[in-house]
Amino acid sequence: MLRYILKRLIYMIPTLIGMSIIAFLIIQLPPGDYLTSMLASMSDSGVNVDQAQIARYREIYGFDDPFVVQYWKWISGIVLRGDFGYSFEWNRPVWGLIAERLAPTLSVSLLALLFVWAVSLPIGIYSAMRRHSVGDYAFTLFGFIGLAIPNFIMALTLMYLAYRYMGQTVGGLFSREYVNAPWSWDKFVDLLAHLWIPIIVIGTNGTAALIRILRANLTDELNKPYVITAKAKGLPEYKVVLKYPVRIALNPFVSAIGWVLPELISGVTITAIVLNLPMMGPLLLRALTVQDMYLAGSIILLLGVLTLIGMLISDILLAILDPRIRFN
Amino acid sequence: MADDDVILSVENLSIDFNLRTHVLHAVREVSFELRRGKTLCLVGESGSGKSVTARALLRIIDKNGTITDGRILLRGAGSETDIVPLNERSAELLSIRGGRIGLIFQEPMSSLSPVHTIGSQIVEALRLHQAMNKAEARVATIELLRQVEIPDPDKMIDRYTFEFSGGMRQRAMIAMALACNPDILIADEPTTALDVTTQAEILDLIKRLQLSRGMAMLLITHDMGVVAEVADEVAVMRYGRIVEAGSVDEIFHEARHPYTRQLLASTVRLEQNPRALTRPATVSDPTSKPVLSVRELSKFYGGGGGLFGGASYAIRAVDNVSLDLSAGENLGIVGESGSGKTTLGRLILRTVEPTSGTITYNDREGRAVDVTGLSKRDLRGFHRDVRLVFQDPFASLNPRLTVKDVIGDPLFVAGLARGAALERRVGELMELVGLDPQSMERYPHAFSGGQRQRIGVARALALEPRVIIADEATAALDVSIRSQILDLLLDIQKRLSLSFIFISHDISVVRYFCDRVAVMHRGKVVEMGTAEQVCTAPHEAYTRALISAVPHPDPRHKRMLHRTRFTAEATP
Repeated sequence: MLRYILKRLIYMIPTLIGMSIIAFLIIQLPPGDYLTSMLASMSDSGVNVDQAQIARYREIYGFDDPFVVQYWKWISGIVLRGDFGYSFEWNRPVWGLIAERLAPTLSVSLLALLFVWAVSLPIGIYSAMRRHSVGDYAFTLFGFIGLAIPNFIMALTLMYLAYRYMGQTVGGLFSREYVNAPWSWDKFVDLLAHLWIPIIVIGTNGTAALIRILRANLTDELNKPYVITAKAKGLPEYKVVLKYPVRIALNPFVSAIGWVLPELISGVTITAIVLNLPMMGPLLLRALTVQDMYLAGSIILLLGVLTLIGMLISDILLAILDPRIRFN
Repeated sequence: MADDDVILSVENLSIDFNLRTHVLHAVREVSFELRRGKTLCLVGESGSGKSVTARALLRIIDKNGTITDGRILLRGAGSETDIVPLNERSAELLSIRGGRIGLIFQEPMSSLSPVHTIGSQIVEALRLHQAMNKAEARVATIELLRQVEIPDPDKMIDRYTFEFSGGMRQRAMIAMALACNPDILIADEPTTALDVTTQAEILDLIKRLQLSRGMAMLLITHDMGVVAEVADEVAVMRYGRIVEAGSVDEIFHEARHPYTRQLLASTVRLEQNPRALTRPATVSDPTSKPVLSVRELSKFYGGGGGLFGGASYAIRAVDNVSLDLSAGENLGIVGESGSGKTTLGRLILRTVEPTSGTITYNDREGRAVDVTGLSKRDLRGFHRDVRLVFQDPFASLNPRLTVKDVIGDPLFVAGLARGAALERRVGELMELVGLDPQSMERYPHAFSGGQRQRIGVARALALEPRVIIADEATAALDVSIRSQILDLLLDIQKRLSLSFIFISHDISVVRYFCDRVAVMHRGKVVEMGTAEQVCTAPHEAYTRALISAVPHPDPRHKRMLHRTRFTAEATP
């Protein structure tokens, strides 16, 4: 098992190198750089810019260097010094910007993932066991509604409800008085009061898909001979189902971590903007529009790393869950 | 009911299934009795309702099925329980399942959960019915595994099913069914998926356990040979009814119902060899060149190391095999599962690349072709002349293609026929294999297993091949259908000049069909000779063990219970 994990970690290295090159290539692809976009906005507001000044900046930032040199500067800083570069837009080191958003991003994402599991597991089992019943159809309808409503509309609706009937402030993760306050019980309660909206909004999206996957898998498993064996032993039906077929049908649930994790982190940009959440998505979007290349590159790289970690975690969990994978 | 020995009696049991279009009467007015220490065999072909009947005793019926009539009376300890009206969730029914009636059934591959250890599944059964703590149950489980003769039971208890062979899994399954000392054991085709030697061992084991525990057994099978070996009483089922019942001797020697006689006839017929009459002269002609000759062919698996190394070992799937196939000859390859016979077939087709050795094919013009050296392109020509018929008639036909497309596909791919010409040729082929050409627009699901295998044969014949490799081509079929397909192949062979390589674990089929037989064991050909000689007077100890394990369809001459056992020498 340890050898397997070690092997997987080593295989990650070439993938990471390839990913960093592609990430850097993508942010270099649009014509121009941070200075051209800054120039454009400055001349828009009628400010005259000294060309010599611009040329000097260009030299300092190394914008005229060939791609390889720029890439090397960036990646060697990350690998050798842990320095992710400097954000032009924010005038701050990139890592500081990312770090302060990492905790809320991860916590909202993980909670949303737990929400997805908690909702879709019982519904999926119910739907598979009572296929084509009224309950099955009702849950299916509910799931597809969740899937079909655009996230931002659901976010706006929930926010309105929270404001109108629960008297909450609009958006954010904290009420105004707690934003800069030190951690306390009250602050935690306040956080929970705000957190449910993004979790539901982000979670409903994945729920419908997982319900369908579990329903389909479990339906197949329910007809397998080992289920009859378990029944013939004298196990009550609910125990039979929970212990045997559900256990095997769980595999896609676990593999879901691999793709749900990056999706939750990057895919919720619109929700995060609407709800004014201090998450990674809006930061990435802003960085891309102004061509703040070190910031954008680092976020994309980080998303890649998270995907790989998600895959690794799900593979390890799969191996623990299913001995067939562990031994082969 | 004065008879004290009767432990379960079924009276007028009827079961209906609500299908989408109509109601299927799967079981109609079935009555029988099970006695302590005795075995009742329920015999019939697939779809005769025998499995449904057996499962009804445990009330395990699919959701759309209902027991419409009848009683199932379970006797014991002075009381009598009718199983039919019991509530599905009642404690009484749950205590009967596993507690008083144990079930083992066919698929040893999938009838145990793959993600739980063998031990945990048996421990669970024990603790459901008996007041035991975990440690006691574990000790009891090890003892059970020892009783079913699993080696190293204290280690095997923590293994998973996929680490067990088919026979071992069936033993574990038996251990589980017997865990709580049931009064009745239902064995639903317990050995159908196993090869003959394993089958003999498992039947032997079940029989001994049954006698030592005084259980009643309901054995369900389609194999008359097995019936003759183990049954006391026999009930023959057809279309949901019991058409004839009686003692095993009556059924085999004084069968009254025509269906029973037909079933017996198709079994006994496989004991003979009609090839002596149909064999073409070319076979025994030593001057003619063989169609295929295989020299020192080997295939090793494994042996290479991964990124982090690993134990370097090789499995010799096929080890130094040499054989010749004459024109018009039927060569049988028999062996247990894992003996390398299927791999050999694939090596000859080169769908698996051989490790070493040569295969020479003499084509229609008499040129020798070195098959092992053919490029991918030239291999296509070779595959036109040497074709394969598969085992599973259900999985080997694409369900989304019509029969015309299935049979015509090789012709289309080879560019030999299009449009109306293709249709005509497909019609001819269907007639050749005894199918109605009118049905060429239908999809495979509309055909029975036997008919599908005919479609498979027609597809193999489409390109007028010279050699057909049939890999367990009749293993998935009922006995009566099995002899029909074999007769069909013999008949086609008379009309076209064809040679067969017939791979099978079923010795009776090989004896019926083949001129010469090669016996494979652990990748090596241990004996080769004419079918008569190998089947009646084998030279090698292994072949003798294999032949003596074949059930003999005559209860007066049981063969299996005093068979010769072959203890394999310690070759890795």
